[in-house]
Amino acid sequence: MRAVLPVVTVVAAIFALWYAGAVWLNAPWARDQAARAGVELTLPELVSATWSQERPRLPAPHQVAEEFWKSTAGTRLSSKRNLLYHAWVTLAATLTGFALGTGLGILLAVGIVHDRTMNASVMPWVIASQTIPILAIAPMIIVVLNSVGVTGLLPKAIISMYLSFFPVVVGMVKGFRSPDAMLLDQMRTWSASRSQTFRKLRWPASLPYLFPSLKVAVAASLVGAIIGELPTGAVAGLGARMLSGSYYGQTVQIWSALVMAAILAAALVAVIGLAERAAGRAMGGRA
Amino acid sequence: MSTGVALLVLLLAWVGAWWLNIRAVRAGGWLGRIFPPVFFGATLLLLWELAVRVFHVSPVLLPAPSAIAVRLVASGAVLWGDVVQTFFKGALSGYVIGCGAAIVAGILVDRMPFLRRGLLPVGNFVSALPIIGMAPIMVMWFGFDWESKAAIVVLMVFFPMLVNTVQGLAATDAMQRDLMDTYAASYRQSLFKLRLPAAAPFLFNGLKICTTLALIGAIVAEFFGSPTRGMGFRISTEVGRLALDMVWAEIAVAALVGSAFYGIVALAERAVTFWHPAQRG
Repeated sequence: MRAVLPVVTVVAAIFALWYAGAVWLNAPWARDQAARAGVELTLPELVSATWSQERPRLPAPHQVAEEFWKSTAGTRLSSKRNLLYHAWVTLAATLTGFALGTGLGILLAVGIVHDRTMNASVMPWVIASQTIPILAIAPMIIVVLNSVGVTGLLPKAIISMYLSFFPVVVGMVKGFRSPDAMLLDQMRTWSASRSQTFRKLRWPASLPYLFPSLKVAVAASLVGAIIGELPTGAVAGLGARMLSGSYYGQTVQIWSALVMAAILAAALVAVIGLAERAAGRAMGGRA
Repeated sequence: MSTGVALLVLLLAWVGAWWLNIRAVRAGGWLGRIFPPVFFGATLLLLWELAVRVFHVSPVLLPAPSAIAVRLVASGAVLWGDVVQTFFKGALSGYVIGCGAAIVAGILVDRMPFLRRGLLPVGNFVSALPIIGMAPIMVMWFGFDWESKAAIVVLMVFFPMLVNTVQGLAATDAMQRDLMDTYAASYRQSLFKLRLPAAAPFLFNGLKICTTLALIGAIVAEFFGSPTRGMGFRISTEVGRLALDMVWAEIAVAALVGSAFYGIVALAERAVTFWHPAQRG
């Protein structure tokens, strides 16, 4: 209870601010409409007018919820207008990219930990690779890959992969190096091979580092998939919904796509949290 | 046959470079630290150049590094204009406003434990959301020019920075705070002399994360509408014209600006948190 009450208060405050913001931002248009119709708006009328516009500058939460409900439960699941369909398109790319990125990240980390040359020459570039605003060049990558014949899911997944491998590399290098000299010496006294040391010491020791990195990676991966859908080639997915919403001034559509993206992000992070707990239990931890 | 020979040449170049790198790492010293990454990068560029030339890759797909360098020099003025528009006007102003607001908010939140317990989970949650999706909305609200880019950058950097600030302010232990109490230090004194310096590693962690977010936010927001300059605008239009050398030049500039931005913050960190174990290495 002690933990829940403050969070609920903050969330309630955010919603209150949102409603207030809707009034503030939509008021000029509502007043304008009223002036054209030649009527004077009272305050309650003004408020209700700002919360029920067709294309508001900032839709009120209940409008977003309504649109969200309509486009998920209110439309056929097979229809292209169903938000769940778009969410699935994005999710598929996110998960593919996330899996590829995690695999690549762990492999690189293994290489970096075991090979001095790789550590010295690759690690700085792993860090430098993230200063390239990959999201910014995502459209180009999509276009180029499209022209070589790679279409559909893969180009988006590649962008997700690029974004998600970095946190995994950094976290896992730290994790694989976390066993201290004493433990490594112990493995040596048992004359353990490098692969045995890896399997029985380094890998288990790195798990507390793996899961936080995975959480960051999956969030980044979702962003990558969404941005990957922005170029004109993509007609499906949450990013495409946002883009078409922004073209046609359908703000409510943008916001409901945003809500869907938020739900996806929260769900993905929660799933990894569950996996973290399961792994902790399997290894005999108390968590 | 010639493809096979070319592949062999590429492979040999790679192996030779790798062997040199191993020697350099073994040698140790500054040579072992500086040389390998630089050389590794140079090798990649060389292989890229060779591959493009040998396999006659169409410049529409992948221009050679030399072509990109030529373009980089030839369009210097245009590129600089884009940097000013996107980085200095959009990203930097949003970064300063967003991080500044987050630090102030963090200090305020820290005074009220109730707010802290409420905001920290929410902040952590929001940090994981794809905020960049708000870009079209910001463009709608603030217009095409740099103000909308600054706005999306503010939104993107605020919560990661807030979470880091709050965590940093909690980083002092009870003993240190008790010491300030025995000195009869006021809230202000203990904030500036103990808690903010102790929070500096966390603050800089946040500031460094935000450098990348800021540049990405400013560039991506330009895809949703911008004046006829800016890095995001240039990238999306030049892709449309298939002038890939210009696109790559823009990417090189973006990487350079991003690295420089990160590097400056990292240098400031080194100067401010020289006492921290991570900096003494």
